[in-house]
Amino acid sequence: MLHQFFGGVHPAEHKDLTEHKATAPLAEAPAQVVIPMSMHVGAPCKPVVAVGDEVKMGQLIGETTGLGAPIHASVSGKVVAVEARPHGGGGMMMSVVIENDFQDTPDPSIQHRDNVDALTGAEIIEIVKNAGITGMGGAGFPTHVKLSGAVGKVDTVILNGAECEPYITSDHRLMLERGEAVIGGARLIAKAVGLKEATIGIELNKPDAIEHLKSLVGAAGDVHIEGLKTRYPQGAEKQLIQMITGRQIPPGKLPADVKCVVCNVATAAAVWDAVTEGKPLTRRGVTLTGGALTEPMNVMAPVGTPVSHLLKMAGGFKENPDRVLFGGPMMGNPIFNMDVPMMKSSNCILCMTAKEAADQDPAQTCIRCGKCVEACPMHLTPLFMRQNVDKRQWSAVEALNVMDCIECGSCNYICPARLPLVQSFRTAKFAIRDEAAKAQAAKQAKEAAKA
Amino acid sequence: MSENKEMKLTVASSPHVNSPVSTRSLMLDVLIALIPALCVGTYFFGPRALLLTAVSVAGCEVFEWLYRKLLKKPQTGGDLSAAVTGVLLAFVCPVALPYWTILIGDFFAMFVVKQLFGGLGKNFLNPALAGRAFLMLSYPVFMTTWVRPGVANWMGITTSVNDAVTAATPMGTMHGSTVAAATLPWLGDSGATLQDLLIGNVGGCIGEVSALALIVGGVYLIVRGVIHIRIPVSFIGTVAVLSLIFTKGNPNVEWMLSQLFGGGLMLGAFFMATDYVTSPCTPKGEIVFGIGCGLLTWFIRYFGGYPEGVSYAILLMNICTPIIEKYTKPGRFGVTKEDIKAAKAAKKGGASA
Repeated sequence: MLHQFFGGVHPAEHKDLTEHKATAPLAEAPAQVVIPMSMHVGAPCKPVVAVGDEVKMGQLIGETTGLGAPIHASVSGKVVAVEARPHGGGGMMMSVVIENDFQDTPDPSIQHRDNVDALTGAEIIEIVKNAGITGMGGAGFPTHVKLSGAVGKVDTVILNGAECEPYITSDHRLMLERGEAVIGGARLIAKAVGLKEATIGIELNKPDAIEHLKSLVGAAGDVHIEGLKTRYPQGAEKQLIQMITGRQIPPGKLPADVKCVVCNVATAAAVWDAVTEGKPLTRRGVTLTGGALTEPMNVMAPVGTPVSHLLKMAGGFKENPDRVLFGGPMMGNPIFNMDVPMMKSSNCILCMTAKEAADQDPAQTCIRCGKCVEACPMHLTPLFMRQNVDKRQWSAVEALNVMDCIECGSCNYICPARLPLVQSFRTAKFAIRDEAAKAQAAKQAKEAAKA
Repeated sequence: MSENKEMKLTVASSPHVNSPVSTRSLMLDVLIALIPALCVGTYFFGPRALLLTAVSVAGCEVFEWLYRKLLKKPQTGGDLSAAVTGVLLAFVCPVALPYWTILIGDFFAMFVVKQLFGGLGKNFLNPALAGRAFLMLSYPVFMTTWVRPGVANWMGITTSVNDAVTAATPMGTMHGSTVAAATLPWLGDSGATLQDLLIGNVGGCIGEVSALALIVGGVYLIVRGVIHIRIPVSFIGTVAVLSLIFTKGNPNVEWMLSQLFGGGLMLGAFFMATDYVTSPCTPKGEIVFGIGCGLLTWFIRYFGGYPEGVSYAILLMNICTPIIEKYTKPGRFGVTKEDIKAAKAAKKGGASA
């Protein structure tokens, strides 16, 4: 029996642009890939190749320096630069630039593995670590860290196939085309954390994916496929856990604190590829979509492919886009330099026309309709938070639990007065963290002066 | 792509899409939902009902424009909230009210109740109801001069004034005199049946007489997602339960139904108590608010010397809205009641130690 989460919204889906288009390899491989040394939560990697080196596809090019995941070459060719380059997150980031020789010569370390069933959980986690797998749903948390932290602590493995953001269909296509890898990955992840079963949550707007995965699991019954009501933000980690287990993650805690571990379906498929074929994570499915694009499609692209090249493959723009985003329209980040590369977590590049995008009406006054309160899946009161942000009353905003905000955008989407709620909460979070840091520094300085 | 250099892109904070619903579209839906009641009012009270409503709408829009002009504030007439106030104020006035009187009500609603507190979203009383209360205090005779359906024309009352003004409202007679030997004796000399109350063939304010037309409008608002069912149901439900129990010796069901369909309950429950600005914006708070409105309505109707309790009940609950909101905030995600108790106990323990 499924549970419910409070709130949420249902924006126009626009998935029809790409949901029936099979994931195709790039018609033309990129001449150059720019691989940033940080595509994950944690410390950036250290490049281990130098300009002039010949690299093979799948060869290690970035070593971890702390929390993180190693980085591998996504094409074979010659390293032409190791320097800071523009990054999708804004700013510059140390990157390895490889000129593609179009041979895709695999690294000798990539070997098919026969004895998959004999692997222990710890061995699986070690393979995941060496394959540089990070969460492919958005945040990019190193998967091996997540799994080793969950060993012995969790009783539920959840795979996220909700794909609740409008427009994006890369996970949908993956589940249809590589269902075996998703199911196999689910079993491996369950084994890695010491469990025998896993649950895959999929929104009901993907009935074909639900049916397909159910038929693949068949009589084995160890992987449960749950159809979830189509409601944004179904695929947010906290809401997905709530839907499937009824448990709510307490403020500031992690899924493991409610005995759950959540991975994206694409991450599961990457785990499968790493374990069975020895392949590190160097390419992924990306949805190229939006009303401004000539030919919306799903592609399998090497990590580090410049956005401009991907857009060229989709026929370029048929009209001027109002904005280009990494990710979906609810939580996506704007791209302003088309030379930035796609990363391990890039599931979508969305080119919206002005008509599709949020209207530019100036914000009006709050009419206290309460729609934001009803939409907030985190049980917050956005209108009161906003009032206090306007007054710069950070402690009052904090008392309204602004730090619990997951920035899903539901309140902002539903607001009839078009108030930039999420933006104001980001401002508040930043200010609160900043003040806390300053207070901490002042305290330390005082203590230092005493001593 | 070199042509990208020429491209201007919006770099904005997410989300990048809006719901199509805007303040204006919400207010437009409210106006649409009021049309059935306006049609019935016009049918029974004559075209003057329509004209009085139009004057009131124009009055509200002009006063809002004037205030914002005088104070050099941006104009907000396009959001249609003033028009909604105009219609609602006319709906809670009798059809024979002089045009200048309703303009005074419009002035009070727009200038004093709404704009002096900062305009849309800032007022703490429902402007239409506060306007009515003001008129009730200032011009009690005009405000309680009820005409029988069908005796008013464009200019006001033309037939013999004595005939016209004796029409008692069902609410007035229900709680006043007791007259025997009719189907619904407590409706007394208003001569109304339950069917009349449902359709609106009774004396009363322009927009409140037809329960059916108001329910149709209310259901439209609920279906369109403009209002939630919580306030109307808890408000009407509370009145229904109380009047089913306390009947002053009359048959229960008929008494209850005439309580529900008579007076301003339907108009109040669907259109006045659900006013966004002056009702709580937390789901639990809406239920508390609705029950409070129901209780006060019943108290005033049952014990008061004043026949109609809906408008004062809502105004009183408007004042309670901030405190209701304070205590009905949704529980924090991931924090159970036990957690809160444990935290409180720990705090107490710490304090005593």
